[in-house]
Amino acid sequence: MQLPLKGIVALEFSQYLSGPCAGLRLADLGARVIKIEHPEKGEAGRRLVIKNLWVDESSLLFHTINRNKESFAVDLNNEGDMQWLRKLVARAHVITHNFRPGVMERKGLGYEDVKQMNASIVYTQISGYGEKGPWKNKPGQDLLVQSLSGLAYTTGSYDDAPMPCGLSIGDYLCGNQAVQFIIAALIKAKKTGHGTLLQLSLMESLIDFQFEFFTTYFQSKKVPQRARFNNANSLLSAPYGIYGTADGYIAIAMMPLNELNKALQCEALRVYSEEDSFSKRDEIKEIIARHLLTGTNQYWLQKAEALDLWIMPVLSWKEMRAAEGYKILEMEQEIMLAKDQSFVTTRCPVRINKQLLKSNKPAPSIGENNANIKASLA
Amino acid sequence: MNTLLEDILVLDFSQFLSGPSAGLRMADMGARVIKIERPGTGDICRMLYVSDVKLPGGESTIFHAINRNKESFAADIKDEVSLRSVKKLIAKADVMLHNFRPGVMERIGLDYERVKEINPSIVYGEISGYGQEGEWKHLPGQDLLLQSVSGITYLTGNAGHPPVPMGVAVADIIAGTHLSQGILAALLQLLHTGEGALIQVSMLESLLDFQFEVLTCFFNDGNDMPLRSAVNGAHAYIAAPYGIYKTADGYIAIAMAPVAKLGELMGTDALSGYTKSEDWFAKRDKIKGVLQGVFMQKATAVWLSVLEPADIWCADVYDYDDLLASEGYKLLEMEQWVVSDKVKIKTTRCPVRVDGNMLTSQRGAPLLGEHNEKIAKEFGL
Repeated sequence: MQLPLKGIVALEFSQYLSGPCAGLRLADLGARVIKIEHPEKGEAGRRLVIKNLWVDESSLLFHTINRNKESFAVDLNNEGDMQWLRKLVARAHVITHNFRPGVMERKGLGYEDVKQMNASIVYTQISGYGEKGPWKNKPGQDLLVQSLSGLAYTTGSYDDAPMPCGLSIGDYLCGNQAVQFIIAALIKAKKTGHGTLLQLSLMESLIDFQFEFFTTYFQSKKVPQRARFNNANSLLSAPYGIYGTADGYIAIAMMPLNELNKALQCEALRVYSEEDSFSKRDEIKEIIARHLLTGTNQYWLQKAEALDLWIMPVLSWKEMRAAEGYKILEMEQEIMLAKDQSFVTTRCPVRINKQLLKSNKPAPSIGENNANIKASLA
Repeated sequence: MNTLLEDILVLDFSQFLSGPSAGLRMADMGARVIKIERPGTGDICRMLYVSDVKLPGGESTIFHAINRNKESFAADIKDEVSLRSVKKLIAKADVMLHNFRPGVMERIGLDYERVKEINPSIVYGEISGYGQEGEWKHLPGQDLLLQSVSGITYLTGNAGHPPVPMGVAVADIIAGTHLSQGILAALLQLLHTGEGALIQVSMLESLLDFQFEVLTCFFNDGNDMPLRSAVNGAHAYIAAPYGIYKTADGYIAIAMAPVAKLGELMGTDALSGYTKSEDWFAKRDKIKGVLQGVFMQKATAVWLSVLEPADIWCADVYDYDDLLASEGYKLLEMEQWVVSDKVKIKTTRCPVRVDGNMLTSQRGAPLLGEHNEKIAKEFGL
């Protein structure tokens, strides 16, 4: 299959997750993604490690985010290197960077400079909080942006401290928004020959992520409050939430209380009408929770299935990975490393014409592709 | 050409959030998005009551947030006459998308294979809950249920918590984003090849991609399960001090920082022994417990004034009232008013700036079937 972004060259000046996860998606969709790295230090993400898992000089985390890419090592302070880089910029279609505002401009690689070298470039810059104002020099770190964006008050229950999402969600969402707009801008460039400047920030991406909550809040002028008991979405009524059973947990989505009670047969629940489901959601959910402890996961799931209710078991990764429904997705792929080593990671989540987009190409070492790239530019 | 997707026509058959959020983003990029809705009820999201906040006419704020900047064409695709009109529209469209369960569009006769006969260059997008085959394919693609199956509920909160779902419909939103990526890539390829494509995503695969960093860790580290920290959990795989701490008057968020130096700055010698970064993960609960005790002694603003100048990555923790009052938020100009026939509401704008401009649009969500007459005339239906 010919991949849809074949022929597109993207230069990735980005570090860590936000820009590089955009680059990974572009690569999986067929673009040639070249990381622009410092000859000695390389991308800072090479040394960002979780659980002390290293592949080589770079962490497993770096290999996960940067597979299927090339590396061109240049010192942005060296004029000889910059001459090569300018040649490469002239032939590229996309640039991404997530330096703090002003850094690329000082290197002569701001949008206005690059546009002179390449009029149809799609130039993408990602910041933490936008490019002006009191936060512009604040580190664009995911947990900090989550904390300022209000997101930490959407998860957990009322009496919990603000609870951040346990993944780097601001980075991830911002990178994924960037991919959409980069491709849309490539469509425009193809039709008109004109390039585009795209500016994103983790903060704006996280506000966008909460758009249902903000719109409701703008209307009511009241900050949505997490339910006191088993909160799963502060805007939704009982029974919505995750509940313990005699031997595990189940998730119950939105449904009328009387429908749910056909499966539960809980006497104490009968006195509540549908009108109570939001205003009395905490007491209703506590009653449901007590009742569910009297049966096992399997017991409740069988009842729910017979009635076609929206209830599922809560799975751990181990349980999920053992399930047929997971295996059939073929979500895992093996990445080949040097010396017969390999590691397993996930593939691109998009299918095109029923084909899976897989690639076993590993992340590059620093400057791995310098010779080839220079030969092609000479 | 003033917008990125000028002259692109999108027919959106989807409901609720996943598909419609993809349609919204394409509308923000300049595409013309027409919702194809069932007469009488329309997109079920119209009447999805949310909390106690309803708009005049009984429609939900959420529907208006998701469906601004779109048109509505009401047509019963199970009725032969209406289906003929819809097929005429499909013949003119660049993109169509839906999020029905597997098999539904086949029964109606609007699956990709048959749509391709009407319009070979169409880009056809579909979102399912769990993919098109397997034991889960007929299950409802509902956000909380997908979160629960994907393992993500064991990543948020503390070790002592039950599984904690994210309080925002993350599976819907991410799947919509991935669908839009695939659709746009196919539109770009179409300019070279003239051929359309089928783009498929599922909410489960999208949630797996969202977890790609930590899942890869799990796959390659002997299938060790994630262990949330007992104290101030923020990320199961990140060492102390990473987390949100209670202070004398509120909360403070602290990202990665050298523990001994942090202790010194905060005026405690209880952490002076933690100079080795290995200990910051292995002993994170102990460290975080000590930090929590010290943070309680002073107000958030005091701590920020000590830590920020020392380049410790920290921030206040805002709720929406705090955020809206802040200078940084106001400068972003994230809010916009949209106007419909019955209501005028305030919502957020598209988060991306193009050539320095914000992408705003005052067009509110359509009434059910609001554009039937106009569309029928325009396309000769």
